[in-house]
Amino acid sequence: MNSKIDVSLSVNGKVYPIKVEPRRNLADALRDDCGLTGTHVGCEHGVCGACTVLIDNKPVRSCLMFAVQAGGKPIRTVEGLAQGDVLHPLQQAFWEHHGLQCGFCTPGFLMLATGALEANPQLGDDELRHVLSSNLCRCTGYQNIFKAVRAAAQKMRG
Amino acid sequence: MSWIGRSIRRFEDQTLLLGQGRFFADTAQGALVLRFVRSAVARGAIRSIAKPEGGTVFTAEDLAEVKPIRPILHRPDYVPIGQPALATGRVNHVGEPVAAVVGVDGADAEDWADRVEVDIAAEDPVVDVDAALQAGAPKVHPEAPTNIIVEGLSRTPGLDAAFARAAQIIEIDVRGRRQSAMPMEPRGGHAEFDPRTGRVTLTTSTQMPHVLRTGIADCLGIAESDLRVIAPDVGGGFGQKMPCAPEHLVLVWVARKLRRSVVWIEDRQENFLAGAHARDQHYLVRAAFDANAKLLAVDAEMRCNVGAYSCHPTSCGVEPLMAAAEFPGPYDYQEYGARAVGVVTNTCMMAPYRGVSRPVITLSVERMMDTAAKRFGIDPLEIRRRNLISKFPYTSVTGLVFDEGSYRQAMERAAQKIDLPAFRARQQALRAQGRYIGVGFAVFSERSGYGTPAFAARKMAMVPGYETVEMAMDPSGFVEVRIGASPHGQGLRTTLAQIIADEIGITPDKVRVIHSDTDATPYGWGTFASRSLVLAGGASKIAAGQLVQRLKRVASVLMEASAEDLDVTEGQVRVKGTDRAMDITAVARAAYHQSHRLGKELGPGLRESATYDPGGTFSNACHVAQIEVDIETGGVRFERFLAVEDAGVLINPMIVDGQVHGGITQGIANALFEELKYDESGNLLTTTLADYLPPTMLEVPTIEIEHLMTTTDASITKAKGVGEGGAIGAPAAVINAIVDALAPFGIEFFEMPVTPERIRQELRRAEKVRAA
Amino acid sequence: MKPAAFQYHAPPTVEAMLELLANHGSDGKVLAGGQSLVPTMNFRLARPAHLFDLNTVSELDTLRASADGLEIGALTRHAAFHKPVIDGPLGVLLADVVQHIAHLPIRMRGTFAGSLAHADPSSEWCLVAATLDAQITARSRKGARTLRGGEYFQGIYSTQLREDELLTAVRLPRMDASWRCGFYEFSRRAGDFALGMTLAALRLDSSGRIAEARVGVGGIMDHPQRLKPVEDALVGQVSDAKLFAAAGDIASRSVDPMGDLHASAEYRRDLVRATTRRALERAFAQGAKP
Repeated sequence: MNSKIDVSLSVNGKVYPIKVEPRRNLADALRDDCGLTGTHVGCEHGVCGACTVLIDNKPVRSCLMFAVQAGGKPIRTVEGLAQGDVLHPLQQAFWEHHGLQCGFCTPGFLMLATGALEANPQLGDDELRHVLSSNLCRCTGYQNIFKAVRAAAQKMRG
Repeated sequence: MSWIGRSIRRFEDQTLLLGQGRFFADTAQGALVLRFVRSAVARGAIRSIAKPEGGTVFTAEDLAEVKPIRPILHRPDYVPIGQPALATGRVNHVGEPVAAVVGVDGADAEDWADRVEVDIAAEDPVVDVDAALQAGAPKVHPEAPTNIIVEGLSRTPGLDAAFARAAQIIEIDVRGRRQSAMPMEPRGGHAEFDPRTGRVTLTTSTQMPHVLRTGIADCLGIAESDLRVIAPDVGGGFGQKMPCAPEHLVLVWVARKLRRSVVWIEDRQENFLAGAHARDQHYLVRAAFDANAKLLAVDAEMRCNVGAYSCHPTSCGVEPLMAAAEFPGPYDYQEYGARAVGVVTNTCMMAPYRGVSRPVITLSVERMMDTAAKRFGIDPLEIRRRNLISKFPYTSVTGLVFDEGSYRQAMERAAQKIDLPAFRARQQALRAQGRYIGVGFAVFSERSGYGTPAFAARKMAMVPGYETVEMAMDPSGFVEVRIGASPHGQGLRTTLAQIIADEIGITPDKVRVIHSDTDATPYGWGTFASRSLVLAGGASKIAAGQLVQRLKRVASVLMEASAEDLDVTEGQVRVKGTDRAMDITAVARAAYHQSHRLGKELGPGLRESATYDPGGTFSNACHVAQIEVDIETGGVRFERFLAVEDAGVLINPMIVDGQVHGGITQGIANALFEELKYDESGNLLTTTLADYLPPTMLEVPTIEIEHLMTTTDASITKAKGVGEGGAIGAPAAVINAIVDALAPFGIEFFEMPVTPERIRQELRRAEKVRAA
Repeated sequence: MKPAAFQYHAPPTVEAMLELLANHGSDGKVLAGGQSLVPTMNFRLARPAHLFDLNTVSELDTLRASADGLEIGALTRHAAFHKPVIDGPLGVLLADVVQHIAHLPIRMRGTFAGSLAHADPSSEWCLVAATLDAQITARSRKGARTLRGGEYFQGIYSTQLREDELLTAVRLPRMDASWRCGFYEFSRRAGDFALGMTLAALRLDSSGRIAEARVGVGGIMDHPQRLKPVEDALVGQVSDAKLFAAAGDIASRSVDPMGDLHASAEYRRDLVRATTRRALERAFAQGAKP
């Protein structure tokens, strides 16, 4: 019953052949089996959003998916956002607008915002707030996260 | 050009943004996983613990050599309580670690934990602070027969006379319910055993690496130097990550026992159960006013539920003793009585949490002021005008010395910004339509940056306070700064670099701040109590000043000029009034590599250290909440939130605003949303983020901040601490606003949080009164 | 907070799924979006020995609008409803309701049918199914049966679904332009489960009187229920503020609310008065702009 299954995870364009128990959630597989520790685990019941990643370009909670379910699907994590040394517009905006303090929730917010803005670059302020209410932050009071995402959205629209 | 006062981007951010942050769990791939079996019973005797066959399981018997955590206060009223690494004989709260198991990964460890059978003979627990004070209440610890383990008493001789001559006496009963600091990253640590040296490196989510090392080494009976504590990136603390906890002792002990690397990653449920709670306080306040609404005296009893144990390193005195000392706040009166008690119960231990007692103090004082204003029929601002301190330095009735501040100015500025007359007119108009808006003010002080004198007054055996900075300019001209503070989101690497850059005459990118590693930094107290910028910043300024002097002396030899004739600016040492200059980098290199030229007295190198241990400085602010109450659902919606803040000189305004935003948001959370609830049997009912409710972006209004900048001599950088103020003032402002909105119903609240359900409950009562 | 071990199955077809359910239904669970089941497993409150992954049964990823109504396949995610999926008031209503279901990342995975199978008393989709009397298709190896949304919910997490059955599809009736729908929910934070909510669907006759009324409440009792006394009070009337206020009062009197950690029964009774009146107001506010 504890036997491991072969799964091939495709993360940020790279394939990771791993062997996991079916009960291994995707967040743990990314962190412990792929060594991608940018995805954080904050609650393991889907509320805090620190583990948010993109699957098929959609933001999902990686603590509520088993790694075996993600085999073969394109997964994107915070490690894949920057192009080499060039920060993604969202990363740049978080930096400029002080959108992070301790930085623990930051990868989840970045992936959430990336997924939402790629799907709809025209999101208005109210819609943005609704989307960003998906994740919790304990340091910033969300003030500068909102400013950063709004600024990045403008930039991404070009 | 000054670097102080500029909102430069943080040096901390790039790695965090790239997903390259290094939190303790990120370092632990392949480590064995430690998991705790926790008590499901609030109070009782352990009959047996059955270990599963084949498992690696430890109980108190195995850890017999480990001493309990027992913080000491040198006070006759203090009863020292020991907190065992693993429950020994008895359990005292739900969630207390009873056994520890080791697995190959998290799931495996949890499987083993499930198989440990713990049999406890349950006894009736005591959960509530008032219940614990009643005669005949169950005794949590036999050594504390009244359940009181610390008691602060003070009484001025003229107190009774002041009450006797009072024109009005206000009595209020204030309740701050139990809350959690709830850092996004739960606690935990990775203990790596080095078989070559026998040393353990503990990489752990802590606010106080040096103090934690002392705590663990003391209990394990090992040399401190056999343990290295590193706080890597830390995912928020807010006080909860100050204590040395039983889990830390077990973790290091197991790593040494197994001679392996072991990681403990607390999950969210455990964090709620055992990660330290806060704020569970009940204040009974009487205030005497003269006929002009001038406050004469306060007599208060503060009952602080400290949970089952006394937290390391502050002891459980931290809340009651602060409550007694700081209750007077920014108001002027000289007759005072206080009885502040720390009461043990069968609940999770309390730790400091952002604001420590002062959110409840400020709620009490500001509700008291509004209540008195109503009694006198004067405006809430007017009563504050008559009572706020305005001459500095001001010595409070409890002996605190308030340095220069802007208590009244902040309030007047806030009132002006929100245009109070216009608000009142709109409030009247909306009431006619059955809509209820309200405005609430909170004026308060934030004691910050205090050194050993303040802590020594509490009679702590471990007296925190000072901060030491070691500073060296290396041969390449970069400045390496080693600090005892332990920032975890406050941006101290950036702000210290700004202070040092200005002091030395270089750019901040030439400064590297090294922190949070006991092998690499001087002993210090970590980051808490709005202290690090003031204290580590002050020590940095002193050390940088010394370094400049040394740099000049070295340069004076090399340049054959008098040191007094030298200036250091823009990366160069210059001879005043001439065009002679030498790059700092050349001076630095020579200080190490041409030291034979410097003579015996000067010697090689560029290295200085300084310690800063001031008495403290008070920030101040006025918060204003404008809200609307939906009287049908009890829901509260923000129209506006304004803070007029005075934190002295702002080193990096962007970072200051971030602290204020975060503090206010936690204050709003404390005021409206968050409550840890126990049932009568001592079971914690709120152990998920669907039950304990930190607000999301949609519940938090846009926070407007305006800064006043009173300069003070109480801080050598003239910067005041700002970490806690937001959380201290916001609850009172929000709850005063709710009461103002519901004034037509005559409803008053003297508690937090004020939930929609509580608002409806009061409205129902008011509706019944009306109907009758 | 790691789940107990389980055996994972990824059946490719409905038939294969039904076979698994027939063999292991008593100690197995169907994994659809997993947004409720997986947290429960992480807390080890659920310890299924077998997990049957519905996500590989792609034939159930369907959403069809027809003249009769909307057929929602078992793999249709909440996010599918962000934009109206059927003409008329129903599509608009579902697009409104879905905004109240948790948060975007949850809606990307969670499924409409999964919500019905889970049957949380505070679930928005369960309220929709109960109020609009959805037709719910349950299949097992023995055959298929159609359950009615009005009877399907039995209590907290309790439905008419049997251990060996798979909920394959849900049908909601089409509503023409004579219908007015309104939904109002109160929760502590954005995305939280409702402490109280009301869904009102009203059909008007040609004179503008209410000819048919469906008013359901969720989060109040142990399962979503229609409130017949409220519906009776509405039928035959012309909409106005007084009527809606009266309906709120009747709703408040006709429920038998549960009390729990999040809200007392008394408070829920207050809430249902407000949510019912406001849902009715919204129905007519929205009716103005179909």
